[in-house]
Amino acid sequence: MKLSPQWIRDFVELRVDDRQLAEDLTAAGIAVEGISGQGANLVYEMEIGTNRPDAMNHYGVAREASAIYDVPLKPIEPKLPKVEGDANFAIEIEDIDGCPRFTARVIRNVSIKPSPARVVQRLALLDQRPINNAVDATNYTLWEMGKPTHVFDLDLLEGGKIVVRRARDGEKLKTLDGVERKLTAEDLVVADGVKPVGLAGTMGGYDTMITEKTRNILVESAWWDPVTVRKMARRHGLHTDASHRFERGADFESTVLSCDRVSELILQSGGGQLVGGPIDVVARHIDQAPVALRMSEVHRILGEGVDANQVVRILKRLGFDLVPEPGEEFEFTVRIPSWRLDVEREIDLIEEIARLHGYDKFANTLPAYSGAVVELPEAAKDSKLRSSLLALGYNEAVSLTFISHQDAEQFSAVPVIELENPLSEEASVMRTSLVPGMLNMLAYNLNRGNDDVRLFEAGSVFQADGPNALELKRVCLGATGSAVEPGVHQPPRTLSVFDLKGDVEALLHSFQCKSVSYDAQTVDYYHPGRSARAVMDGEMVAQFGQIHPDTAARWKVKQDVFIAELYVDRLYKHGLRKVWYEALPRYPAVERDFSFIFADSVVFEGIRKSVMGLGIAELRRFVPAEIFRGGSIPAGKYSLLLRATFQSQERTLREDEIARWSAQIIKTLEGVGGTLRAS
Amino acid sequence: MAYTVQKLKDYSPAALDKAAEKLLAALEKEAAEVKTEPDGKAFRDRWVARKNGVLTQINDLWLKAAPKDAKREVGQRVNELMGRVETRVTEVELQCRDLAILKKAREAGLDARIDEARRALELSDRLDITLPGIPRPLGAEHPVIKTMNEIVSVFRNLGYSVQEGPVIETDYYNFEALNFPPNHPARDTQDTLFIANQEATPLRERLLLRTHTSPVQIRTMEKMKPPIRIVIPGKVHRNDPPDASHSPMFHQIEGLAVDTNITFGDLKGTLDHAMKALFGSNVKTSFRPSFFPFTEPSAEMMVTCFICGGGGKRGAEPCRPCKQTGWIEILGCGMVDPNVFEFVKDKGYDPKKISGFAFGMGADRVALLKYGVDDIQLFFQGDVRFLRQFA
Repeated sequence: MKLSPQWIRDFVELRVDDRQLAEDLTAAGIAVEGISGQGANLVYEMEIGTNRPDAMNHYGVAREASAIYDVPLKPIEPKLPKVEGDANFAIEIEDIDGCPRFTARVIRNVSIKPSPARVVQRLALLDQRPINNAVDATNYTLWEMGKPTHVFDLDLLEGGKIVVRRARDGEKLKTLDGVERKLTAEDLVVADGVKPVGLAGTMGGYDTMITEKTRNILVESAWWDPVTVRKMARRHGLHTDASHRFERGADFESTVLSCDRVSELILQSGGGQLVGGPIDVVARHIDQAPVALRMSEVHRILGEGVDANQVVRILKRLGFDLVPEPGEEFEFTVRIPSWRLDVEREIDLIEEIARLHGYDKFANTLPAYSGAVVELPEAAKDSKLRSSLLALGYNEAVSLTFISHQDAEQFSAVPVIELENPLSEEASVMRTSLVPGMLNMLAYNLNRGNDDVRLFEAGSVFQADGPNALELKRVCLGATGSAVEPGVHQPPRTLSVFDLKGDVEALLHSFQCKSVSYDAQTVDYYHPGRSARAVMDGEMVAQFGQIHPDTAARWKVKQDVFIAELYVDRLYKHGLRKVWYEALPRYPAVERDFSFIFADSVVFEGIRKSVMGLGIAELRRFVPAEIFRGGSIPAGKYSLLLRATFQSQERTLREDEIARWSAQIIKTLEGVGGTLRAS
Repeated sequence: MAYTVQKLKDYSPAALDKAAEKLLAALEKEAAEVKTEPDGKAFRDRWVARKNGVLTQINDLWLKAAPKDAKREVGQRVNELMGRVETRVTEVELQCRDLAILKKAREAGLDARIDEARRALELSDRLDITLPGIPRPLGAEHPVIKTMNEIVSVFRNLGYSVQEGPVIETDYYNFEALNFPPNHPARDTQDTLFIANQEATPLRERLLLRTHTSPVQIRTMEKMKPPIRIVIPGKVHRNDPPDASHSPMFHQIEGLAVDTNITFGDLKGTLDHAMKALFGSNVKTSFRPSFFPFTEPSAEMMVTCFICGGGGKRGAEPCRPCKQTGWIEILGCGMVDPNVFEFVKDKGYDPKKISGFAFGMGADRVALLKYGVDDIQLFFQGDVRFLRQFA
C-alpha cells in the first residue's frame, strides 16, 4: 500500500523531513517498508497490520504523526454549497445485521469528465488509475480518510429507492469488473426497487455505474458488517480496496463526512447541485463500550517507564477521550474513537501507550525465576542416536514432509492423511515413511555426480488413526558409493549391506535389551537377498538393506543404494544401555581357529547359536574370521574359518580344558552339517 | 664359570655387601661381553626375565628366605640392586641399538659416527607426510537443526525447558485458543494447509498442519502451572510454493515465559541477552510495534546486522542480508494477550494475576542469514556438497 507524505502533511504541520517521518512512523508500528521517488513525488510503501484499517489512509497516518510529535491534527471539513430542494430518494435497510448504517446524497446536473490535475496526480502516485471525476472522488476519499464509498448513476436506479437486502436465489448481478455473478440468499446486496445494483461493501454493479452520459448521481457511504463482507468477498473470489477495509472494520461515524467529502470533490470538478441533505439511515448503533484504564495495570505490563501525564497526552492525540476517576489510584474511563474498532480492552490501550512512547525507550530487564530446566523424556535418546550417526559419518538431512499417493502405497500399508489443499499431487499426502524422501535425496546427489553419499534423517511419519492423526518417530539412513574412498594408502571398496549392518548394530547397541537378532524378513522394496530386519526382545526395531532393483529403477539410480529404517517409537521403549563395570581380565585369553566347510544353506546365525548353546562360560567370543568360496571348495558350499576365544576371570586356562571345549565345538559344528578341514 | 646366585649364609650387613659386590661385578663383566643385539636380548633375559632371571632369583633366595628381623635390611639392598641392574640392562640395550645402526650404516657404505649414522637411517625410513591422511569423515550437522539447537541452548541456559507438540494440529490450538477467532482476517495471513475430509467435524476439532509452533504454548499451559519458561522448536507448514525464500515446510522456535511479575522490559531484556549470546556481544536490538493476535503489545525485534556489523556495507559492497539498513528483522514477540490466558484460566493462568511474554523466530531464516545461504531449497535437497560444508 502506497501513501504520499505530502498528502499526510495536509493534515499535520511537521518539522521533520520525509525520511525522519518514515522512521518515526515505523517505530510507532505504522511501518514504512520502502521509500521511492523524490520531492513532491516521494511515496511511502506501507505495511499496515490487519488490525489497523484506520491507518490505511493519509488522514489516519496523519493522526499517528500528530500523536508522535504532539502536534494538532486538522479536521476534514468539506465545504458544501447551499442545499437545493429535496432529494426525494428513499433508503430502506431490510438486513439490519449486515448493514447498520447507510448514508446517501443526491447531486444533479453534473458533468462527467476527467478529474482535476491535482486529483489525478495524487491518485497516480498511489498507482491508482484515474477513471472520471465522480469515481475518482470516491477513490480520493478512500485514500484520504479510509472510508470506501460508491457512486451510482441515479437515473439508472429504478423505483426511486435503495433497498439493502439479501439477494434472492437466482438473481444475477454484473459487477464493475464485467463478471456476471449468480447470487444466493447468503449475498448481501444494495438493490434499487427492482434489481441488485451492488455487492455490499465489495463491488458496485456494472449497469448502474457512472458513464459520460451520467447527469445525476447518488453517493453511497455505508457501514457493513465485517464478517458478512468477508464471507461474501471470499465466495465471489473478490478482494477489493473496499472489502479489505470493511472486513477489518470501517469508521461508523464517518459515513456522513465521507459522503460530504465525495460530494464536495464532485461538485468542485463537475459542477451541478447538491439536492437535499444527507439521507442517513441508522438501523442499529455500533456501540463501543468505554474502557477502564488503571496506571497500576500499565505498570504491571510495561514496567515503570511511563507516567500518567504521558499516558494522557498519547491517548488524547490518538482521539481517545480520558475521564479521570476519583480516588487515590490513577484511573481513567477511556472513550474509544469510532475508527478504532480494534481497541476494546485495557490491554489494547496499554499497547497504544507502549508503541507511541517508543518500545526502545523501555529499559531492558531480566526476570527472576525459581523453576528448574526439565528435559523431555526422549531427549537423551534422540541426542545419543544423532551423535552416533554423525560420528558414523552420516550427514544430517531434512526432507519435505509430503509425499505422493503412489509413494505412500509403495512404502507403507497404513491409512494415509491427505491434504485438503496440497501444493501438488506429488505432495498431497503426509509422509508415511521416510524412505521416499531419502531416495529422492540420494537420487538428487547421484544425478549431480555426488557418487559417495551418506545421509540420515530423523523425523516423524504420519498415519490416520480413525479421526485422529498419529505422529511416529523414525530415523532413516541412506548410503551409496564408496566405503573406502580411492586413495594412495589403501585399496578402494564400495559399500556393502554389511557396512550398513555394522552401523545399525552400533546404533542399537546404545539401547538396553536382552537380545537382538537379525533375519531376512524385510518388505518388498528391499532386495530380498540383501536385506535384514533387526528384532530386539521380540519386536522389529529396524530394517535395512539394498534397495530392490525395481525400486532403484523407479528413481533411475544406477549404483547400489542402501537404506536403513529405525522404528524409533519401538526402539525407545528400551532405555539407554545401563553400564555396569566388568572387572578387567587378569588371566590370558586363548584363541583357537576352526576351519570348516558348510553347505550354503547353513547360515552363521545358526552356527553361532549352536555353539553358544554349549554353554561354555569361558567361551568369550566366537566369530567368523574368513569366508572362502570357489577354488577347491565344491559349488554350493563354502569354507568358513571360525575363531573362538577362551578366557577365565578366575585362573589361567589349562591345555586339556581347551582341548575338551574345542572337541565339543567341532562336534557341534559337525552336527549342524559342517566338515572339518583343519583346526 | 658364570655367576650364579647363592643362598645367603648369614644376613649381616657385611655379608650382604659382599654378595652385592659379587653380583655387580658379574653384571659389569657380562655387560662388557655384549657385542650384538641378540647378545643384548640374552643379557636382558638372564638378568631381568620374570622366570628365573637373576633379579627374580635374588628376590626368592635372598629376600624371601631372609628371617623376619633381617627382611627390612635385605629388602632395601635387593631394591637397590634391582634398580641398578635394570638401569644397566637398558644402557646395554641402547649400546646394542647403536652398534646395529653402525653396522647397517657400514653395510650401506657409510663410514660415519653414530649420530650421523642414526640420522641417515631415520631419513631413509621417512614417509611423505605431506600426503593426505586417510579420511574418516564425520557426518555434518544440518545447518537448520544446528541453528535450532544453538538457539535452544541459549534459552536453556536462561532456565527454559524444551517442549514439543504435534505437527498435525486442531483448529482450536492453532487458531482459536491463540485468539484467532473464526472468520478473522488474521487467519488469512497464515496460508494454512488443511487436512482433507473434515467437513463433518466441528471447526475447533478440524485438523490442519500447524502454521506456527505457538499451539504448544497452549498445550503446555494446559498441563503445567505457572511459573513456566519453555522453548519450543519444531516443524511448521504453510501453503507457500517453494522458491528461494519460501518453503511449504520450515522450522520455528517459540518461547514462552509466564510468571506473576513479567513485564515488557523483561521481554526486551531476555531477547536482547539471547541475541548477544547467539550473535556476539556487539549486536544491538531494537523493537517496533507489530501485530499478532496472541500477543499484546506485539513487537518485531531487529538486531544489528551480524554480517556487516550494522554499517550496511561489506567493504565497498552493499550488504545484502540487511538490505543495507544495518538491521535484520529476526523475530516476532509480545506480551501474552489476556485472551490467550482466558483459555487456560482454570489451569492457574488468571490474566489479572500473571503476565508473560512469547516470541517466535524462523530457524531456517536465521540459518540462511548466519551462513550466507541464498536459497532455502538447499536446506531440503540433501545435496552432500552443501551439507558437507557444515561438517
